[in-house]
Amino acid sequence: MDHFTRRLALHVPRLRRYARALAGNGVEADDLVQDCLERAWRHARQWREAEDMRPWLFAILHNVFVSGVRHRVRGPRFAALEEIPEPVAEGDSRPEGAAALRDLERALGGLRDEQREVLLLVALEGLSYEETAAVLDIPLGTVMSRLYRAREQLRRRLDGGEAMGLRRIK
Amino acid sequence: MSREEHAVTEADLHAYTDGLLEPDRLTLVEAYLAGQPAEAERLRAYQRIGRLLHQAYDPVLGEPVPAALIAGALRPRARRWLQAAAAAALFGLGGLLGWTLHPPGAVPRAEAIARVLVHPAAVAHAVYSPEVRHPVEVGAEQEAHLTAWLTKRLGAEVRAPGLQSEGYALVGGRLLPGEDGRPAAQFMYQDGSGRRLTLYLRTGRWDSTATAFRYAETDGSGTFYWVDGPLGYALTGPADRAVLLRAAQAVHHQLNP
Repeated sequence: MDHFTRRLALHVPRLRRYARALAGNGVEADDLVQDCLERAWRHARQWREAEDMRPWLFAILHNVFVSGVRHRVRGPRFAALEEIPEPVAEGDSRPEGAAALRDLERALGGLRDEQREVLLLVALEGLSYEETAAVLDIPLGTVMSRLYRAREQLRRRLDGGEAMGLRRIK
Repeated sequence: MSREEHAVTEADLHAYTDGLLEPDRLTLVEAYLAGQPAEAERLRAYQRIGRLLHQAYDPVLGEPVPAALIAGALRPRARRWLQAAAAAALFGLGGLLGWTLHPPGAVPRAEAIARVLVHPAAVAHAVYSPEVRHPVEVGAEQEAHLTAWLTKRLGAEVRAPGLQSEGYALVGGRLLPGEDGRPAAQFMYQDGSGRRLTLYLRTGRWDSTATAFRYAETDGSGTFYWVDGPLGYALTGPADRAVLLRAAQAVHHQLNP
């Protein structure tokens, strides 16, 4: 096994996390990761060992996502979530509770794709603004304005549950 | 980048939220927020969004990886061969890779143990222990989930020993790529003054089921390391041999009650 394979394999779980949050459902997310890995292999020579592999892979995943979105009929990507009935609260041990997470997923689905990408790369994947700009191939200022819009939109949508959610934290 | 010395920008507020502010800027933003409760409230909402994102999607990291994706991660010509073993989860792949690098019978000597334990542990310590906002992937408040996840990924029972007796509380832990492709784990601890210790652990083809404590120093940090059963351990912190030894003994004692 060469170095490239090992590194690639170890990044798969994080690519899946990002893709899941981006696409909103597991099947489509794993399709994105699958296409991403295939492209990574085709372009393996572009990756140099000294380079951090994560931003490179995220950039490929972004390209896969964008090209897929263009060809896809806008389907019920997030609608399925809204059809899931309210779960009984007692079985949920997550600090914020199932309702808050479902609200988040729904609000995330309501963001424009380009805003959701920026928010997830920064707030979920921990990339710097410069790395995010490089991954998405956009200016730094665009990263900041999309981040602002994404956060404001989510904040407003989650606002109703805010007080309740905060009180749940120990 | 030029910016007004005293004007707090929207970008500053996001960088504050994301833990990306320089120290001098941080002081400025904190002073600004002290006088702007509505803005402080807005940033708390942003931080809550970040926590919710992690709660919603971090569980994906612990899921078994579908066989098709494992195959996708391999060199195209190797895929057919792997698909024969398609049921293997990514952890299985780690084992496979480890096998390739260390065929059965190969016995790592002490320097090999140091290579797979001390150096990666010191690097992981140097990278993650200064982190303000993202020191761990899974926090101590989800300890049961954290240890179950790492146990699954490492393929050996992983526990997070308590170091309260030494004044250190568990911050949480993360999964790391090991030196030879096997998964490794890191637990982080912090004392009241913010000093941090990290415990790095991974499986290996050790030449014995238990070794004595050994000590190594690199670049101002010290590491005690040992092998116990399937796991190798490396406890890294500021290079204070006595403090580290006590903590290492506390860890060892708890894992061997």
